[in-house]
This record gives sequence, structure tokens and C-alpha cells, in this order.
Amino acid sequence: MSLSLAVFLILGLASVIFSLLMVFTKNPVHSVIFLILTFFSIAGQYVLLNAQFLAVVHIIVYAGAIMVLFLFVLMLLNLNSAAEPKQSARWKLGAAIAAGMLLVTLVGALKGGIQIAVPENTNPQVGLAQNLGRVLFTDFVVPFEIAGILFLAAMVGAVLLAKRDVKL
Amino acid sequence: MLEVVKNIPIDYYVYLSSLLFCIGVFGVLIRRNAIVVLMCVELMLNAVNLLLAAFSTYLSDAQGQILVFFIMVVAAAEAAVGLGILVMIFRNTKTTDIYSLDNLKF
Repeated sequence: MSLSLAVFLILGLASVIFSLLMVFTKNPVHSVIFLILTFFSIAGQYVLLNAQFLAVVHIIVYAGAIMVLFLFVLMLLNLNSAAEPKQSARWKLGAAIAAGMLLVTLVGALKGGIQIAVPENTNPQVGLAQNLGRVLFTDFVVPFEIAGILFLAAMVGAVLLAKRDVKL
Repeated sequence: MLEVVKNIPIDYYVYLSSLLFCIGVFGVLIRRNAIVVLMCVELMLNAVNLLLAAFSTYLSDAQGQILVFFIMVVAAAEAAVGLGILVMIFRNTKTTDIYSLDNLKF
């Protein structure tokens, strides 16, 4: 077994185990911690795929910003495992069957059907900041500006939603 | 040619992403805390991101990774607005149980 395959399997196993723990643990704060560990193993996959800039952005945005926001809200609302509502066992069984059938359908539909003509002279620089920045600011400059507008709208909306007694 | 492209078939990434996506779906179905449901949605978005980055590397094309950036933008905006809505709901109902939010149910 080659080294990259071994690293892939270890990281994949880690991400699956941590995400299952995230789903099954009772305490929401522990859920956040396990989701952060899942994100770190996915960032490792990005490094393995030679997408270093994406890996760094992933850690900064997800582990650094979004998960801190989740933890902050959890602590603000003072939620713990005692207040955690419980789902009935029958519903859990039905959910497991539904998710398992979705997995079987996805894998069955995609198994062996992916034919990728890998170019012989692949460019190893494709995931670096220089190349991504050039593509982002030439081919994708309009979506980039629209993403900025989306962020502004989301920021205004979030502040407006979380504020008490807004006078419109 | 890259080491990873030679040694790992693209199918492995498809299977891993499908598995992570289905764990996210499972979490959305079994959890009743709205914050954890939002976290499971983030996990599903990440599964898609991973597959996009894998295809981008295998085809040596940067457009897939640019699409991952835009998905991250949407995920960040969604988390901010969703948590704002949850704080608002908690202030009014004193719970984040999704079963208490059935006022629109016919």
C-alpha cells in the first residue's frame, strides 16, 4: 500500500468516526468539538489533494469562524445534555434506514460510472494561492462581487434578527 | 502526475463523500436540537466540498476549487443568519427543540 493511500484511509476513517460521534453524542458542546475534529481531518484531505490554500482557508473559515460562532451561541443559550430533547427509538430506526438507503442509492448509482480522463501533464500548482487568485479575479470576478453583496446582506440580516426591539 | 492521482482511484473520494453526506442526513433526521441540525447541514456541505476539490485536483482544473470557496461563503452566511434566527427563537420560546416549532403545521 502506498503512503498516500494509507494517509487517505486514516484521514477518511477519522472523519467518519468523528462525524458519527458528532451525531450521536448527547452534549451539544461535545458535538461542536467532534465537528471541529472532522473539519481538521477534511483539511488533511485537502493537503493530500495538493490544495494547500483551500486547506488553510477551510481551517480559518470553519474551525476558526463558524464553529466559534456555534460555540458562542451554545454558551449564550446555556444548553447542555440535560436540556437535550430526545428522539424516540422508532424514529431513530426509521432515520437510520432512510440514510442507509440514500447511501446505497448514491454508491450504487456512482459505482464504476465515473470515467475521468486524467491529463498526462497535470499541473501541481493548480491549488496554490497564485493560480487560484488569478482564476478568481479573472473568470470569476462577477460571482466574487456578488458573494460580497451576499455577505453584506447576511451581516445586516443577522444583526437585525438578533437585536431586541428593532424599530423599523 | 501527482502521487495521489496515481495511487487513489477517484471512486474512493466518491464513497467517502457519500458516506459523510449520509451521516449528515442521518444527523438532521435524528437530532432535535436545532443548533446540532445546523451543524449537520455544515457537514453535508463539507462532504460536497471534498468531492469538488478531489475532482478539481484529478482534472487539474482550478474551477472546482473556486466553487468550493463560494460554497464556503454561502455556508458562512447561512450559519450567521441561522444562528441569529435561533437566538431569536430561543428568546421567544425558551427552547431550541425543533418539535416546539410547529405553529405552521396544518
